[in-house]
Amino acid sequence: MGNPFPFSAIVGQDELKLALVAAAIDPTIGGVLIFGDRGTGKSTAVRALSALLPPMSVIKGCRYHCDPADPDAWCSECRARPSRPRPAVAKVPVPVVDMPLGATEDRVVGALNLEQALGAGVRAFEPGLLAQANRGFLYIDEVNLLEDHLVDLLIDVAASGENLVEREGLSVRHPARFVLVGSGNPEEGELRPQLLDRFGMSVEVATPLDLDLRVEIVRRRDQFEREPEKFMQGWNAAQAKLQRDIVAARRRLAQVRVSDAALRWAAQLCLRVGTDGLRGELTLIRAARALAALHHRGSVGTAELVQIAPAALRHRLRRDPLDDTGSGARIARALAELGPVVG
Amino acid sequence: MPAAGEGAARDALLAAACLAVDPCGVGGAWVRTDFGEACRQWLEALRALLPGEHPLRRMPAHIDDERLLGGIDLAATLAAGAPVRARGLLAEAGGGVIALSSAERLPARLAVPLAAALDRREVALVALDGSLGEDEPCARVLADRLGLAIDLRECDERQLQLMSDEFDAGDVQRARRRLGEVATDDESLRTLCATAAACGIGSLHVPLLALRVARAHAALAGRGALTAADLQAAARLVLAPRATCIPAAPAQDSAEPPPPAPNEPESDAAPQPEPSGQVGELADQVVAAARAAIPARLLASLAASAGQPRAGTSGKSGATVLRGRRGRPCGVRAGAPRSGTRLNVVATLRAAAPWQRVRQRAASPPARHAPQARRVLVRTGDFRVTCFRQRSETITLFLLDASGSSAMHRLAEVKGAVELLLAECYVRRDQVAVLAFRGRKAELVLAPTRSLVRAKRSLAGLPGGGGTPLATALDAARELAAQSRRRGLDPSLVVLTDGQANVARDGSGGRQRAAEEALQAARALRAGGFRTLLIDTAPRPQPQARALAECLCARYLPLPYADARALAGAVQSAG
Repeated sequence: MGNPFPFSAIVGQDELKLALVAAAIDPTIGGVLIFGDRGTGKSTAVRALSALLPPMSVIKGCRYHCDPADPDAWCSECRARPSRPRPAVAKVPVPVVDMPLGATEDRVVGALNLEQALGAGVRAFEPGLLAQANRGFLYIDEVNLLEDHLVDLLIDVAASGENLVEREGLSVRHPARFVLVGSGNPEEGELRPQLLDRFGMSVEVATPLDLDLRVEIVRRRDQFEREPEKFMQGWNAAQAKLQRDIVAARRRLAQVRVSDAALRWAAQLCLRVGTDGLRGELTLIRAARALAALHHRGSVGTAELVQIAPAALRHRLRRDPLDDTGSGARIARALAELGPVVG
Repeated sequence: MPAAGEGAARDALLAAACLAVDPCGVGGAWVRTDFGEACRQWLEALRALLPGEHPLRRMPAHIDDERLLGGIDLAATLAAGAPVRARGLLAEAGGGVIALSSAERLPARLAVPLAAALDRREVALVALDGSLGEDEPCARVLADRLGLAIDLRECDERQLQLMSDEFDAGDVQRARRRLGEVATDDESLRTLCATAAACGIGSLHVPLLALRVARAHAALAGRGALTAADLQAAARLVLAPRATCIPAAPAQDSAEPPPPAPNEPESDAAPQPEPSGQVGELADQVVAAARAAIPARLLASLAASAGQPRAGTSGKSGATVLRGRRGRPCGVRAGAPRSGTRLNVVATLRAAAPWQRVRQRAASPPARHAPQARRVLVRTGDFRVTCFRQRSETITLFLLDASGSSAMHRLAEVKGAVELLLAECYVRRDQVAVLAFRGRKAELVLAPTRSLVRAKRSLAGLPGGGGTPLATALDAARELAAQSRRRGLDPSLVVLTDGQANVARDGSGGRQRAAEEALQAARALRAGGFRTLLIDTAPRPQPQARALAECLCARYLPLPYADARALAGAVQSAG
């Protein structure tokens, strides 16, 4: 199959799209977790991400897509190269790497290169999925069914931005900065709470119940599959605009101010809904900053905070089995009580 | 009036023809079957319709990952001295149809990549699902992507044979050429979406698949546009078998939607059907076709599940298929393959690799001059075997007394305690199941699951009151515990009761006999050797409950007005 379905042509699912765009603007927000029914376009939205981002510059021949402009984050191979003349640069699409459920640890972290070992007796490292995903997205469908030890490993790497391999006589470390995107259906088993918390944002998607919406979704999907080229052409302009917006937002991100009042507001909200630790506030502020940058605002305001608060906090509320109120409702209640940012 | 099996047989063959016209488009077929003669006939018919370049491939459910998805070719690798990759079955069957036997046994780790291949429209899958009654059917992640759904158990093999010449390979070839020209109009699209909604089908994969089936059907009939007949066929073959509610008949008052089942999860709530209000006459016809094709069993099962939370239509498969019956691979270690362990070829080669030069030199000096003939030298010490998870998964079974004597005192409190315990189990990744007993019987209110959401929902709707059929309950618990153990789980039991048995096994009253039977059942349960905790829920500790605990060889925990959290602590230390 050729191109993925265009991101801009996805009908509805606004919160999902918003969270993914925010994660694309600022990868440090910490990834997106998508929970919802089957057939709601979770995978479609994620796979559409690569087409949404402009190609990135990499050092030619580097297996980890090192950024020529950021020597601090280079892998050991790029560091070892003579720095003059400057390394050759290539453009590659931002990777969106699919991690299959049955992936082995070897395949994920990388392993001894068999060919070289058998053929030449050389101990060489063959990079795994983590290396492929560096500077891009790593997508795990059915993340709730993934082996626990693999999830642990992924979350560790995603947090540290580095993959350490100590096995089969290899000792390798390479950069692995990626945005982790997981999706699943909570009815089939849940993620452990300690892992939930490590995802930056979480969104819940539901099957649209409106008939017109449903017809439109099926129609677009059908058109896309029958005449992909024509369909892509129709969405080129919208895709290009969204791409420009994201690039511009990335540039502006550093200039967006976060006032003390906004920080206080975020902290109050987190206290009120009862999140553990400080990751909630941090994520909320970062995500709101990404939105402010997207909307050409100079500072983070109430609108951005309110818009992204459910996604940033929903999965961090302490689960009280005796309270049946959904997380979303609890956040909405707290938001209503809190009012706008003052100051 | 055609015979009952005739319509089913006709539809089964029609499904085979639609599949042959656009295999990757319609995704495949979900075939309920008992693997009898009818199944063989149907596969034969399908094989005859498929064009020569893409024959039907068969695949067993116990296929291993490497064979399905591709991996190292052991023989070639050893001979060549360099890794040789082999294509997997998925790649080999590209564009064709794979028939998967015993689809219900395919583990989730293979179902998901297979579903991804279906999404990319690389292959079509015929999932032959032999599950019966309580068994878990084919994984939902696959079933949702297989357009056609047929039930060969209802087909008569003689009918299948009689009708098998209705379509031939030539029809299919002509239809394939025409397929691209079949136009889709808006009303057809709307009709299929509305019918799917009226049948309570949430997934949007399904109406899209129905559309493709309708197009294949039109192409078979030589039409360039969709007609009512095509849509009706799609409704029968795609939508009706997946219906979760019966669409309201257009003639009836459609303002009154069928009452939603109590405790139905909100996310799954079926869109309320309003077929006659929203769409035209065409939709009515299609909805009627879907109604007619909905099997009678659905009504029965809907009625049966009315009083209890849904125990398994959605999602059950994923969580439990995951835990393979023989444990899950969790890494490799050095060691020779013996019975019960499996050699991990790739890891073994990796272990052997660094030593090849040294070994070659030591083994046969002339080999250096003939590098082509070089073999991989593997020594015993290189063997690596795949470990399967040592610790078996645990399951905690709650046996909950919801009888009048309990309910009066503290059913709510006990429910709260169970919910807290569930939260603990959830953190430990245990499975849980809840059996409740009251009146005359014990009832499985929550089938084994790891989902806290479902557990909470099932408890919330649990009613109380009635007698205490303790013996029946203990028997049911023993049955469930033994069943779990057979599935490779390690069960422990938590019994919450006040021990006041007053209903005997046969449903008759009488404290004396009920108590005797309860102790008898307890002894039988003890023989199973399950870890057990008995929590006395009476307001004051009762001798009956203590005697029962002794009989069960269980830890006894009187809990007069303790708070729920103390209870949770007790289970922790018992497990």
